[in-house]
Amino acid sequence: MESVVSAVHISNLTFRYPGNDAASFTDMNLQVNKGDRFGLFGPNGAGKTTLMNIMTGLIKADGGTVALNGVKVDGHKFRVNHMFGFVPQDFSLYQELSPKENLEFFGAWYGLDRQTIKQRTDELLTVMDLQDVRNKQVQLFSGGMKRRVNLAIGVIHNPSIIFLDEPTVGVDVQTRHAIVNYLLELNSKGTTLIYTSHQLSEAQDLCNQVAMMDQGKIVAHDSLDNLLHAHEQEDLEALFLNLTGKKFRDDV
Amino acid sequence: MMFKLWYTIIKDVRILLRDKVGILMAIIMPVILVVVVTSIQNSTFELMNKNKLVLLVANQDTGKLSPQLIQSIDKIGMFRVKELAKGSDANALKTKLQAKEAELAVLIPKDFTARVSERAQASANKALKSFGMEGDSLKAAKGSTDPINMYYNPVLQEQIRLSVDGALRSALQLVESRETLRDLYLAINDKPLPDTLEREMLSSKTQIKQVSTSRSGDRLIPNASQHNVPAWTIFAMFFIVMSLGGSVVREKVSGSFIRLKTMPTNFIVGLISKQIVYLGVTMFQALVIFSLGVWLFPVMGLPALNIPSDILGLILVTILTGWCAVSYAICVGVFSKTQEQANGFGAVSIVILAAIGGLMVPSYVVSGPMKLLVNFSPLHWCIEAYYNLFLEGGRFADVISNIIPLIGITLLLQAVTVIALKRKNLI
Repeated sequence: MESVVSAVHISNLTFRYPGNDAASFTDMNLQVNKGDRFGLFGPNGAGKTTLMNIMTGLIKADGGTVALNGVKVDGHKFRVNHMFGFVPQDFSLYQELSPKENLEFFGAWYGLDRQTIKQRTDELLTVMDLQDVRNKQVQLFSGGMKRRVNLAIGVIHNPSIIFLDEPTVGVDVQTRHAIVNYLLELNSKGTTLIYTSHQLSEAQDLCNQVAMMDQGKIVAHDSLDNLLHAHEQEDLEALFLNLTGKKFRDDV
Repeated sequence: MMFKLWYTIIKDVRILLRDKVGILMAIIMPVILVVVVTSIQNSTFELMNKNKLVLLVANQDTGKLSPQLIQSIDKIGMFRVKELAKGSDANALKTKLQAKEAELAVLIPKDFTARVSERAQASANKALKSFGMEGDSLKAAKGSTDPINMYYNPVLQEQIRLSVDGALRSALQLVESRETLRDLYLAINDKPLPDTLEREMLSSKTQIKQVSTSRSGDRLIPNASQHNVPAWTIFAMFFIVMSLGGSVVREKVSGSFIRLKTMPTNFIVGLISKQIVYLGVTMFQALVIFSLGVWLFPVMGLPALNIPSDILGLILVTILTGWCAVSYAICVGVFSKTQEQANGFGAVSIVILAAIGGLMVPSYVVSGPMKLLVNFSPLHWCIEAYYNLFLEGGRFADVISNIIPLIGITLLLQAVTVIALKRKNLI
């Protein structure tokens, strides 16, 4: 019963974007165990975001199954959506609102009660060092502060799985350090992290499991140590180039 | 569900209150619009309802009939007659019209009395001949009278010009009929027609009773406020597209919609919240504009807005109008890719829908294929319902035929919005 113990279980996944074979999947299988810090890497257009969107139910697969904590994503939207938090690359929040107001609103949409919303809002504003600006509009914030609000929203309901799409892009070293440390702290309490980024040095610090994607296929999946050893590479960046090549992959 | 809806409403209210430009567009602009347009149109209504048109008269005739004609024109009650000095000619009239001293002028030709008398005598003689009473008095008319020239300012509305023409004809006919009658009486009786008999014979025996078709039975005199306040209130409500359409686009572009989709809450909660909040805004707009009409307009010298007797009907029509406006704005927001698109399309489309809907030109003057098009403008059904209440003294039951198509259009907009959101994978 693998699906019972897996945080994410993907079997025979098929998906095709009309007119874009590069971002299509055929019979893809993937398993992420509970408590893993799973990194999904690949060049632009490899299908990382598409796969993450399928895992979070934003896109419907053409075939196969995706299950989070043993519950199929398709057909159990509300049950599954309680389980995970989503931290998108864009600042998907209300810039006209303060961090406190954003957290209150998204907390309600995650189904938290009034007391829990208040308590978690307070905790997260402290953890993210936003207490002093709790009532200021987010649109006045720096990129790093917005990233912290964006992350706080994704974790307000204490999810068991967090999907992170480039959570530290465009931030300074201090903010990146704080975010990575916070994610490691959450993971130490049992939260599964599903992470994608082009910041490979950061990924090396954060991830214990790695999957490399290229042209809609998972070309390697193992623990970071095993992959480095198997491919005789010193770091994740070297491994990335070894597995996906040096050719530009930008697509129009 | 109610808890989530409450938090969503709070979120939408906060965003709305921080959109200063949006509030300005939603409240201040319509207020300015309704005050300015009503003030301008009020002068037209006053011209028709209260003020008399100034009519300049240059009388070149020296006979007895031209003063009678001027007196008859004066008695019509439509004009304030200003007679120019003796000897004034057409050029003098034109100069005064061009100097905006009046919009209309009449030139009575110098042989007016002589020609009218001749024609009256000729008519009387024809009548005597037909009675078999031919005598010395039988004379032939020399010819037709020189025309009475009516000069007018070219900007004068054709309707006004035609009614002035009709009024002048009526006055002229009275003078000519009186003269014919006097000649006829004199020929038969060898003595002048007594005044009492003349009055009795010339006065109309059939009375015209003016009956208003207002449902309340009142004789409502149309004024600029009764017409403009409902029309521009509807316009203002639909102009919410500038604020709400942009808000929907911002949420789409920022990715908030996508994030909400990953949450265990139905997006319908978000749509209901937006509709409740912005419906509240439209209600506030209506309250402000109607209040201005009732209390501020009289202070400004404009006619006060008379609120319909069926207050509940007015509230229901206003709610349904607001709901339709909000549904339209959300629909525009969903289909627009940028805020500029939503604002540009929203504004232009509302002006077009207002034009074909009868807010700018009454829909009864529209003809041909445009007549069919009128029915597709939600603003048409809104204004018809409001006019029914404000101008015809109708009750809610009387406007149901306007309300049903309005609800139909609103539900269609809602359905299109949900389908579009699903197709765009936003919910």
